Amino acid sequence: MEGTELGWWGVLIAVIGGAIRVSTPYLFVSLGETLTEKSGRVNLGLEGVLVMGAMSGYATAVLTGQPWLGVLVAGCAGALLSLVHALVCSLPRVNDIAVGIALFIFGTGLAFFLGKPFINPSAPRLPDLDLGWWSDSPHIQSALQISPLFLFGFALALFLAWALKNTRWGLVLRTVGDSSEAAQALGYNITLVRIAGTVAGGFLAGVGGSYLSLYFPGTWNEGLSSGQGLMAVALVIFARWDPVRCFYASLLFGGATALGPALQSAGVTANYYLYGAAPYFLTLAVLIYSASPRKALEGAPGEVSISR
Amino acid sequence: MNMVSQLAVEAPPSVSIKGLTKRFGALTALDDVAMEIRPGAFHALLGENGAGKSTLVKCLMGTYRADAGHVLIDGQEASIASPRDAQRLGLGMVYQHFTLVSSMTVAENLVQGEAGLGAIIDWPARRERLTAFMADMPFRLELDRQVSTLSAGEKQKLEILKQLHLGSRFLVLDEPTSVLTPDEADQILGLMHQLTDAGRISVVLISHKLREVEAYADEVTVLRQGRLAGRGQVGSLDRSDMVRMMVGEDQLAASAPRVTHDAGEALLSVRGLSVEDDKGVPAVRDLTLDVRSGEIVGIAGVSGNGQTEFVEVLAGQRAETGGHIEAGGRRYGKTRAEMRALGIKLLPEAPLDNACVRGMSVAENLSLRTYDTEPMARGGIWLNRAEMRKRAAGLIARFHIKTQGPDAAIETLSGGNVQRTVLARELSEKARILIVQNPCFGLDLKAVAEIRRQIVDARNEGTAVLLISEDLDEILELADRILVMSDGRIVYETPRSEADLQEIGHHMAHHEE
Ligand SMILES: Nc1ncnc2c1ncn2[C@@H]1O[C@H](COP(=O)(O)OP(=O)(O)OP(=O)(O)O)[C@@H](O)[C@H]1O
Ligand SMILES: [Mg+2]
Repeated sequence: MEGTELGWWGVLIAVIGGAIRVSTPYLFVSLGETLTEKSGRVNLGLEGVLVMGAMSGYATAVLTGQPWLGVLVAGCAGALLSLVHALVCSLPRVNDIAVGIALFIFGTGLAFFLGKPFINPSAPRLPDLDLGWWSDSPHIQSALQISPLFLFGFALALFLAWALKNTRWGLVLRTVGDSSEAAQALGYNITLVRIAGTVAGGFLAGVGGSYLSLYFPGTWNEGLSSGQGLMAVALVIFARWDPVRCFYASLLFGGATALGPALQSAGVTANYYLYGAAPYFLTLAVLIYSASPRKALEGAPGEVSISR
Repeated sequence: MNMVSQLAVEAPPSVSIKGLTKRFGALTALDDVAMEIRPGAFHALLGENGAGKSTLVKCLMGTYRADAGHVLIDGQEASIASPRDAQRLGLGMVYQHFTLVSSMTVAENLVQGEAGLGAIIDWPARRERLTAFMADMPFRLELDRQVSTLSAGEKQKLEILKQLHLGSRFLVLDEPTSVLTPDEADQILGLMHQLTDAGRISVVLISHKLREVEAYADEVTVLRQGRLAGRGQVGSLDRSDMVRMMVGEDQLAASAPRVTHDAGEALLSVRGLSVEDDKGVPAVRDLTLDVRSGEIVGIAGVSGNGQTEFVEVLAGQRAETGGHIEAGGRRYGKTRAEMRALGIKLLPEAPLDNACVRGMSVAENLSLRTYDTEPMARGGIWLNRAEMRKRAAGLIARFHIKTQGPDAAIETLSGGNVQRTVLARELSEKARILIVQNPCFGLDLKAVAEIRRQIVDARNEGTAVLLISEDLDEILELADRILVMSDGRIVYETPRSEADLQEIGHHMAHHEE
């Protein structure tokens, strides 16, 4: 059994490497959802946006040979799809949760429909950064093969945390999300701010989708996403609407997803499917942990319907 | 005063409102109203609940669009289509409901909406300016405190600071003192008075408390049913003139005669109750009390000492962490069946949020306790809407609720009328146990007299009444036994006959030292 040469260390390194590799879509979707929820709306359709981003990014890369252009197009497709959500929710008496679920189904359906011709052709992948050059261990080397998108997501989390506190836009977004009365008294255009928050969130989720199809696992098929877009919503609650905590939480969810494959590579093949379900258990655990009949959800934007 | 020198250098504008009319559907909320506010005036706007006071100032502030009439600012006709426009003209408003962002800090709330706020906020420089601004104010708040941790009084101060910081030279305060203790109210109004005396700002104060109007205002305008009912100098009017302008020829309800009787058996008993607030911090600690049939037990205390959490437990909106409650001699599980069987009625604070369903009509809200019984529900299943509406119409007349009709949405009622609606519902059937929290908040004189009378009447008929109020005068007027709540505990108890204002005040303030 050569996989066990490093023993449990090997499992740990594989989980860390997997966490980094798998966490990026969680990170982008949760940052996007944070932006949307900070504006006072919930977009449950980000799962659909993610899949749509994956498809459109892949298709662009196949057609043009430019994976980075694919990332950009994925973001734009996500923004466009979220714009539908934003506009529909701006109508009076429309429930954002219901629209989100509709968008989820619509987005995935549309992606499968338009993406049929792209299942077979292979697209150029996004490049790697080798951050493991200092080590001779192939395990560490492969664990530290990192996509620039991951680093970009990390920088984006830091930037958003800063921007929410230190820019006028950040203050406006938080005001609108926390108290529409206050926003009205200050003369802000609530609808416009919410549309902007939702569209920006959709762009990020779309980019997260392109990572799935253009980097890891790096193909396009209908089983590509396993609910990351939905789990990211739970993740945002767990991270208490804080971009930097979203980053940590994404690593945690990424690690949980990587647990099954890591154990398998270490030779533990029993209960593979059980370990594969780790992220779903984690989602449940997180939701139970953050729910309390006595305490209010700390940090929740006041206008968001899940916290009311 | 050097704090005055920091404020706007320009003189406050003279504002005159002419022929203002505002309709909501068939209802004319304002009918050809005129009002003059000279620069530097402290102007009081009076009127009963639903007279149109809030509507008038909202038209002035651009929240509502008037159907007719215009506003002259320094003699120039001004078009004010939004609060932003009003702010540009130096008009600012402190609303009846707070408009602070509770997840933000004091500093962030102050900086909000400042003109010329760059895309990136230079916090060190801003903080320096805010600190200088605060230093010149007679009341101060820490810049880094999160608004959700502020008490009602502190929030009110922040609202006013925010307006002054934005450079408003004309401030409208819509019932600013209804959530404050008398001391806090005097402090805030005193500051406003200094500023108007120095000719630096003008103030329009909406209040139901004539004591405040007499002490601080110099001019007064009175509305009655949407029409101008009178105006004048406060100095040349006495209280009865103002009351007559407000209520017309109607008489105020005389205070109810108290039947002297011994209180009966304990109907409501609280035993060692502990409760936590939203953050998991103990809010009520080991609280024990009894309310007996035919007595009013008054709990006095400064807001934020656990009263809200206590009432939420009694209402079944919050779970206790220790102890228990007994009603009618048995453990009380706060189910609908028990409430009905035991005749437990409750008026919480902020009734629009805590005791009404916002999207429903007045009639539906009036039926929330009874809609599932005969005759409102035939066979307990089919709703009888005609009956519901008929009963609602009766209650609307009996409790003088000002509404467009039983089918109007509860949200369109004025603050005081929402209060009356909930009271009408709770008092429409016989109550054996009545729990009321700040029952007269935001009510006009006539309504206050009526409602206090209803409470005393209920007591005379043997109801056990628990009155939780921040208004010490109200407690002294109504309660048979007075308890003081501080930091979640009952720290003092005295019978009505031996009540001493100073002693009670001392215990109320105790924990703050
Ligand atoms: N948005 C609205 N839609 C319909 N009717 C309204 C609306 N706002 C106010 N009204 C009605 O206009 C009348 C005046 O209300 P307003 O809020 O101005 O009273 P108020 O004098 O401020 O009373 P209070 O002392 O109780 O606050 C009331 O009859 C109220 O029901
Ligand atoms: Mg009002």
